[in-house]
Amino acid sequence: MLSIEDLHVSYGRVPALKGISLEVDAGEIVGLVGPNGAGKTTTLSTVFGLIRPDSGSILLEGRSLVGEAPERIVRLGVALVPEGRHIFNTLTVSENLAMGATARSDRAGVRRDLAGLLERFPVLERYYDSPAGRLSGGEQQQLAIARALLSRPRLLLLDEPSLGLAPVVIDLVFDVLAELRNEGVTILLVEQNAARAVELADRSYVLRTGEVALAGSRDDLQVAEHLETAYLGL
Amino acid sequence: MHELIQNAIDALSFGSLYALFALGIALIFGIMGLINFAHGELIMAGGFALVFLGHPGWPLLILGTLGVTVAFALATERIAFRPVRGADPITLLVTSFAVSYLLQNLAQVLFGSVPKTTNLSTSLAESFSIGGVYIAKLDVVTVVATVVLLVGLGLFLGKTRIGVQMRAAAEDFRMARVLGVNANWVIATAFALSGLLAGVAAILLVAQTGVVTSTIGSSPVLVAFIATVLGGIGSLRGAVLGGFILGIITVALQAYLPLELRYYRDAFAYGAVIVMLLARPQGLIVAKSIVTRV
Repeated sequence: MLSIEDLHVSYGRVPALKGISLEVDAGEIVGLVGPNGAGKTTTLSTVFGLIRPDSGSILLEGRSLVGEAPERIVRLGVALVPEGRHIFNTLTVSENLAMGATARSDRAGVRRDLAGLLERFPVLERYYDSPAGRLSGGEQQQLAIARALLSRPRLLLLDEPSLGLAPVVIDLVFDVLAELRNEGVTILLVEQNAARAVELADRSYVLRTGEVALAGSRDDLQVAEHLETAYLGL
Repeated sequence: MHELIQNAIDALSFGSLYALFALGIALIFGIMGLINFAHGELIMAGGFALVFLGHPGWPLLILGTLGVTVAFALATERIAFRPVRGADPITLLVTSFAVSYLLQNLAQVLFGSVPKTTNLSTSLAESFSIGGVYIAKLDVVTVVATVVLLVGLGLFLGKTRIGVQMRAAAEDFRMARVLGVNANWVIATAFALSGLLAGVAAILLVAQTGVVTSTIGSSPVLVAFIATVLGGIGSLRGAVLGGFILGIITVALQAYLPLELRYYRDAFAYGAVIVMLLARPQGLIVAKSIVTRV
């Protein structure tokens, strides 16, 4: 579904991605793990048109995303839950959700999806008309995911969804991701919590200093020493 | 007592006008981080439109003037500000100064430096009396127009799809785009609204003074800038509040300062602003979007 080939990105003269290639097939969860500064967030931002790559290709179902604006990419069926959630604090929960449907014009469909999401995340219904800035971190993460899902993405990009959350909320987030996979949503998941991500994902890539250090299926990577080796660069 | 009420009405009218000036600045700053000093030249364009439209009757005169200011606002966005969008704040600021001077000088070349007069104000200059308090019709019109615009803007930003998108973009432009908000459309809408505010401000201002010059917008834009900083830059409510406070201070000083000091009214007014900013450097209302959540 998503195919990245030899992607190079740099910030000024500092290279951030040094020729990354990865594949995400329809219906699977692909993990993208690695230490800080490995290029995980840069990869997602580049896919979403927020950063221009120096070279390389990004294809969504064969169609190039390089040079497309973010507002166009969301209309091609990709959604991003960015690191730090980026909830609109001054907007209400309901307005935040409405923003998630910006790219859609089928109002009846949006209403149906919204009802489903409020069932899945009851806390959002409880605070429906409150400013989103008042929600706790875990509640904001649920809002960020629900908002992204309202665009009805075929490919969901998630950046550090478990960062700073209580364990019980992390469980909820990972359960939701597993459910989404069952519903046919394809997911590219960036996580600091490597063990957890690798366990959930069908396949994972380990990035280190802008390169793919290791790639493999859940079973390959769960052999702990592989993962540790890739992380530490031994 | 009569005097107090009289002054209060003046303050309300002054404050309304200042709030309209300030809103135009705050709206554009909120959405793209640009302090648009060329906002004054939108008011100027409205002023000249009033002069040249003559007397086609109020509805046509108002529509024509607003049409001119909105068209100017959209044109400056498209031609001057879109190419530098996302540049650092200094570049944006210098661009707005350049647009401001360019338009001012263009007006001077086209229309000369002799002030143009209109007799827009004759019908509005009359006043009526309620219980011994004289109220100028123009003051009533100013306050009513401002209230209508404030309520209208509030409904637009709160209830319409594009309004919600504008608020979202003002808080986090990048995230708004990630969700599919069309950057060009949202910014153009903000400029059109600032043009609308400038048009109404031009009508009210010219009705008060009766003259139009190429520099008619310079002092309103300065007032607007100070009011937005005082109110808390980035906050629309703050801009309105700052405008009203500045208006009230100005009128109060005009009324109660000893006669020999009255000439220095503005020095006292802006001295008071400095004191307020020393006490509250972030402005009176802090835009929530600027506060980062830890």
